[in-house]
Amino acid sequence: MSGIAVTQERDHYTEHFARFEKATAGNGQGWLQPVRRAAMARFTELGFPTTRDEEWRFTNLAPLVAIPFQLARDTRIELSPRDIEAFQLPGLGGAQLVFVNGRYAPALSSPGSSGDGPTVRSLAQAIGDDRDVLRQHLTRYAAYHDNAFSALNTAFMEDGALVHVPRGKVVEEPIRLLFVSTATAEPIATHPRNLIVLDEDSQAVIVEDYVSLGGGLHFSNVVTEVAVGDGSVLSHYMIERESHEAFNVSTLRLEQGRSSNVASHTVLLGGALVRNNVHPVLAGEGSECLINGLFMATGRQHMDNFMRVEHASPRCDSRQFYHGILDGQSHGVFSGRIIVHKDAQKTDAKQTNKNLLLSLEAQIDSKPQLEIYADDVKCTHGATIGQMDQDAIFYLRSRGIAADAARALLLFGFAGESLARMTVEPIRRHLETLVAQWLPEGKLLEAIR
Amino acid sequence: MLEITNLHVRAGNHEILKGVNLKVNAGDVHSIMGPNGSGKSTLAQVLAGRETYEVTEGEILYVGKNLLEMAPEERACEGVFMAFQYPVEIPGVGSAQFLKAALNAMRKARGLEELDAMEFLTLVKEKLKVLGVEEKLLHRSVNEGFSGGEKKRNEIFQMTLLEPRLCIMDETDSGLDIDALKVVADGVNRLRSPDRAIIVVTHYQRLLNYIIPDYVHVLLDGRIVKSGGKELALELEERGYAWVEEEVRAAGKA
Repeated sequence: MSGIAVTQERDHYTEHFARFEKATAGNGQGWLQPVRRAAMARFTELGFPTTRDEEWRFTNLAPLVAIPFQLARDTRIELSPRDIEAFQLPGLGGAQLVFVNGRYAPALSSPGSSGDGPTVRSLAQAIGDDRDVLRQHLTRYAAYHDNAFSALNTAFMEDGALVHVPRGKVVEEPIRLLFVSTATAEPIATHPRNLIVLDEDSQAVIVEDYVSLGGGLHFSNVVTEVAVGDGSVLSHYMIERESHEAFNVSTLRLEQGRSSNVASHTVLLGGALVRNNVHPVLAGEGSECLINGLFMATGRQHMDNFMRVEHASPRCDSRQFYHGILDGQSHGVFSGRIIVHKDAQKTDAKQTNKNLLLSLEAQIDSKPQLEIYADDVKCTHGATIGQMDQDAIFYLRSRGIAADAARALLLFGFAGESLARMTVEPIRRHLETLVAQWLPEGKLLEAIR
Repeated sequence: MLEITNLHVRAGNHEILKGVNLKVNAGDVHSIMGPNGSGKSTLAQVLAGRETYEVTEGEILYVGKNLLEMAPEERACEGVFMAFQYPVEIPGVGSAQFLKAALNAMRKARGLEELDAMEFLTLVKEKLKVLGVEEKLLHRSVNEGFSGGEKKRNEIFQMTLLEPRLCIMDETDSGLDIDALKVVADGVNRLRSPDRAIIVVTHYQRLLNYIIPDYVHVLLDGRIVKSGGKELALELEERGYAWVEEEVRAAGKA
């Protein structure tokens, strides 16, 4: 990339930022101005990463950088509940917030009653009137000084979800956050910013779901900050099923308190270029996290999973399981970095990445990375890359199962290992359906499942 | 039921079967014995439709049909079942799902109504009981983490459930202790019937103490060189295979 192009691309966002600042001035968000400005300044210094950056070695951002995305706030669109019906998870009640092109859509949402329950609301509203929680947590965990996308998100953060579960509260029903991007005349960028706070001894299930309505090219640059209090239990689901033209960069930054327990589940099916950053910091002693993901790419899709698991306290357990299925000319990446700080004795960290390549042109880069500064730790990692097991296919066929159904069963079984770890049943069932639909022979599974 | 004529099979550049002839009638139990590398397992795999072997000559007729033209799943649907020497572990594919898919594929091929989840469970539980297999098998992935004995027993269980017409046991006895061996043999004996044929491929005579064959064939270097009754198995157990090789050599000179 030439120096001029780099400057142009930064100018594009700087110019947007000036307009954005003007537009948001005087709407009660002024207190965020310093951090937004600092983040913008940092983005201008950093620019977008290139494949020369170690953390972006396998993902070329040139296609994303080349597109002059417009700020979504400049476009307005009204949707009816019927428009988003197809994206609903069946069998779930509970709170749901819907965002259309990054903006909270009250008419489509059902935040539920408050009282002693959790706060589930639009961040834009909360920035105006609910500052205690925000001042304590917002921008505290997702560092932007070394991350251009987090910097950009922080500069343009305006809306997203705020979920706050009070101390001791167990939220039974999953809380769903649905982000809809619509087809627009010019490609748009959104910067959803979510803040999830679980006070001590609380429990919640949260689903982030990214979808496209009417296909199209758009860019979602998401940052979700999560503070999990001492003794709290969180299941977080990230579902990416945007159009095959979409760009999606998401960062899930989890800060875990003492004896907390987090399960992060990710299913990537959509998007042209997806970068999925999961970054838990096991800050409190005895905390645990499960990082479980499934990515399935075909055509020219590119899916980059970047894990950074930080053990910052003693006696914490982390388990990473990522499964990839790659067809067509797709490209998958799994980077699993485990960092064990000096004082994090008795750390137990495991990482497994398994990949299936279904075509000769599909590609996977799998890279484990251990940085261990403590001396009494257990860390293991392993990666496999393979094709469909022909012995298994023959075994199934020898029992009367047709070749295409045998293939479907095996692929579904491979994906099923990831799905089986997703213990919230209505969500898992829904994801099983999405995965079966993805498979070329998925229809055959309907009769079997 | 089965008629193999002058069967030649190769794997890569290596000729393994060099003109096998064998006729199996319904109701019969045939045992095929032979030393390691004689081609026993290859014969079993070719009958099941393994595509890694190339048939270069000869034919196989099964209930009057050309078996070699049929895909493995078609053979299965027509009633051919091979119990694997090394049953494959399939993580993520549940046993219940697998068995239901197999059973319904066969029922469909036979023009029978497919079973729904309830009907399937009723049937499968009944068959599990017959073999004394625990129901938790249904909740496990196919063969995953099974011991050697559990895998073999699972093969026999599938055979019991799918009710094939031609059963082929590919060294099902290898690696089994005496208790597991008896379980396998009981399962097979229960399936003996006038309209079903069973081929027991084995290296040792041991299994044949429990599954008494009607015919015993010796496969040596890709050919069936000697056939007899169940006494032949005992003789092989006592004297090994060297004397048969000697006989073949002598016959060749004459």
